[in-house]
Amino acid sequence: MQPLISLIAGLIFGAGLAVGGMINPARVQAFLDLFGHWDPTLAFVMGGAILPMTMAWVIKARLDRPLAGGVFDLPDTRKLDRHLAIGALLFGAGWGIGGLCPGPAIADLALVPGPALLFVAAMLAGMGVHRLTLGR
Amino acid sequence: MEALFPQAEPLQGLIGGLLIGVAAAIMLLGLGRIAGVSGMTARATGIGGGATSRLVAAAFVIGLPLGAWIAAQCIGPMHIDFPSWPALISGGLLVGFGTRMGSGCTSGHGVCGISRLSRRSIVATMLFMASGFATVAIMRAIGLLGV
Repeated sequence: MQPLISLIAGLIFGAGLAVGGMINPARVQAFLDLFGHWDPTLAFVMGGAILPMTMAWVIKARLDRPLAGGVFDLPDTRKLDRHLAIGALLFGAGWGIGGLCPGPAIADLALVPGPALLFVAAMLAGMGVHRLTLGR
Repeated sequence: MEALFPQAEPLQGLIGGLLIGVAAAIMLLGLGRIAGVSGMTARATGIGGGATSRLVAAAFVIGLPLGAWIAAQCIGPMHIDFPSWPALISGGLLVGFGTRMGSGCTSGHGVCGISRLSRRSIVATMLFMASGFATVAIMRAIGLLGV
């Protein structure tokens, strides 16, 4: 049951990435290109996604456990630290250079397999390097 | 909007965003998990640990390309322009390392964390967006944009 729900959520998520244009690296770079022909579309994607999620957090506060069973497993760190800041800065740089963040890159495996695979392979390598160096 | 930003597609952006938000809400309310793609990918591949089963994480990750493919069948051919291979490799390495070090990406921090009003996620999102803006500005300045 739980893997099926997860698969359906992934399907809807991937469809949203495609409809919203986030799977197009050129559009992502156009959003980040404040000094060029700025394309605000991604701001609408972010705003549109935050809307249902805000409602979901309100509903979550009234639930003792998730609807499909199990327990809530949510991040509870509150501390701002160097890792968060440097990690976010490095991620943002990669996002600008490649025009892709993890979700769209993986979604593009179905649409532009060659270049998407190159990016995803590099991304997994980057994750592996983190695990070997800074990971616990 | 049209005259000011000719290439913008605010309606498609909003609909796409709503779908992403609904998917993240299903993960939160149904399974009690954050729909963070970097975290789910790390979990599915075994790079990262956590309470989420690898099967649940893998199902979510596999859903992403399937969902994008189905959407492409419904709305017709889409413009997808990729940068050069050096940009894909260097960008991918930075995205992989950075999202693990910073505990999240656009979905985990930008969508799930901001809507939760998490201080960490708000700071992370401001930083990765500022870094993205700065990176593209530098690429434009040195003539690397669109390469």
